[in-house]
Amino acid sequence: MELVVFVLAAAMILVGAIGVIVRRNPVHAALSLVLTLFGVAVLFVAQEAHFLAAVQVIVYAGAIVVLFLFVIMLLGVDRTEDITIEPFRIQRPLAAIVGLGVIGLVVASVSASRDVIGRGSGLEIPAVTGDGDSNIRQIARNLFSDHVFAFEFTSVLLTVAVVGAVMLTRKVKNGKGVS
Amino acid sequence: MTGGMIALDPIAIGDLLWAPLLVILLKVVGIFAVGLLVTMFMVWFERKAIAGMQNRIGPNKAGPFGLLQTLADGIKLFFKEDLMPDRADRFVFKLAPYLAFVPAFLVWAVIPLGGDWSNGKDGLVTWFGETTRVQLADPPVGILLVLAMSSVAVYGIMLAGWASGSKYPLLGSVRASAQMVSYEAALGLSLGTVLLLAGTLSTSGIVANQDRFLDWHVVSTGVVPFVIFLMAATAELNRPPFDLVEAEQELVGGFNTEYSSIRFGLFFLAEFMNAVTMSGIIVTLFWGGPQGLFEIPVIPGAIEGTIWFIAKTLVFLYIYVWFRATLPRFRYDQLMDLGWKILIPGALGWFLLMAALRLGRDQGWNAVVVAVVSAVVLVICAGLMSMAMRVSRANREREGAMF
Repeated sequence: MELVVFVLAAAMILVGAIGVIVRRNPVHAALSLVLTLFGVAVLFVAQEAHFLAAVQVIVYAGAIVVLFLFVIMLLGVDRTEDITIEPFRIQRPLAAIVGLGVIGLVVASVSASRDVIGRGSGLEIPAVTGDGDSNIRQIARNLFSDHVFAFEFTSVLLTVAVVGAVMLTRKVKNGKGVS
Repeated sequence: MTGGMIALDPIAIGDLLWAPLLVILLKVVGIFAVGLLVTMFMVWFERKAIAGMQNRIGPNKAGPFGLLQTLADGIKLFFKEDLMPDRADRFVFKLAPYLAFVPAFLVWAVIPLGGDWSNGKDGLVTWFGETTRVQLADPPVGILLVLAMSSVAVYGIMLAGWASGSKYPLLGSVRASAQMVSYEAALGLSLGTVLLLAGTLSTSGIVANQDRFLDWHVVSTGVVPFVIFLMAATAELNRPPFDLVEAEQELVGGFNTEYSSIRFGLFFLAEFMNAVTMSGIIVTLFWGGPQGLFEIPVIPGAIEGTIWFIAKTLVFLYIYVWFRATLPRFRYDQLMDLGWKILIPGALGWFLLMAALRLGRDQGWNAVVVAVVSAVVLVICAGLMSMAMRVSRANREREGAMF
């Protein structure tokens, strides 16, 4: 059963990921990305991380890709673009090298720590505790005690990004300057 | 496999036998059928109630009181010609109605539709010798699933407009998605206060937390989150007064202008089904779900819950129809102002206030002092924010912006 779920979800993720790269139409590529994100959410559920699965769908599928689509629609780049012309020549070889490097690192780290990663070791997964909320409680405790500074800094970073974006898009008229 | 992965329902724990499987299948079929029937009658109810408010008769030909009007319309839609615009993106154009329709249905799965909540029975009932809940699934993330589905529903509308390859649907869908994404924030934040009191995300847990009238979340969270949730939900449903998505005078028909035949029917069905499910969610979150105010005599406890649930849901369905008949449509900038400048800060402020009161109670602080201090802090924050808004408005006017 678990294997079946894994294979199906992995197939979803791979089909989506390949679709993001090979689809010519940006909207189709964004939809393929949604497929990948849903596959990841299914894997989260299979690993008893219900909360992460829900947040994955709400935040990534529900907000971030919607924003992608929004930009694609508003900027009108939704017609197939010619990607054979390369404005930045070193980009493709560089991307290939970086991609291979990342794959190598992930494979190496997983195979090196294969014995350490055990399912549910020391974690309060709901199937063990019989308490559906233990998942969320654990994440909350971690996030707001051990990692509270990192968490707050992230929120400050996001605020800075928003303010920066607003400042960049402000039009200054008649040389009166920003106030 | 361990029962854990599918332990969304007490029935599914342990080995899967025939009797539990049968009960689950019955529930799936039952919810599907009831969902469709309820939507059908909701369309009739809305047309009839609005007709009453506008001094008309409304549908009265098909069946007694025109009850079968929706069925007749549905059959008509099935046999109409299915048009597809020349410039449409064929695959996405066909996909979009299902993206709107499926999430509307899935939300039904997590709403507690009844059950025996008397004497601390926790909503469990016994069917065919199996203990279960009167809801299809009770996942640990219950209410987040509702939010997730409402965010997936954005895709249906957005892609329908884009895939039509036509300008009015595109404008309608851009409006719709901006509106739905904005109001989802207010929806989630007003939910926070309820979750703070309930201490759980599971919908049956939220209902179990409201066993007396004073514990109903509309009372115990102090009405404000309920009002915010109701407004945000109306906007999320794209219903009047927030139906800019399909503002007929400006956009022909909005995102679904190019749709015809049964594809249009699916959008129509999804819209009304969403209205019904959202009423069910409001009842679950704020009005005690299937928990009653008093024991109805004669009727056994297990059915009583369903009666209460239906009665409360009908009230909200009527309120939605009432909104539609009464309120004029918002302007787009008013809509965005309401969402971002009033509802979101309001929901956040109220959430912080309730959290402070809760913390004060847990720590044994003086409740009055806590309430006064947090109220003062909130008023100062609100004042600063309105000052900031005034400054930015003055700046925009000086720079000659039109709004």
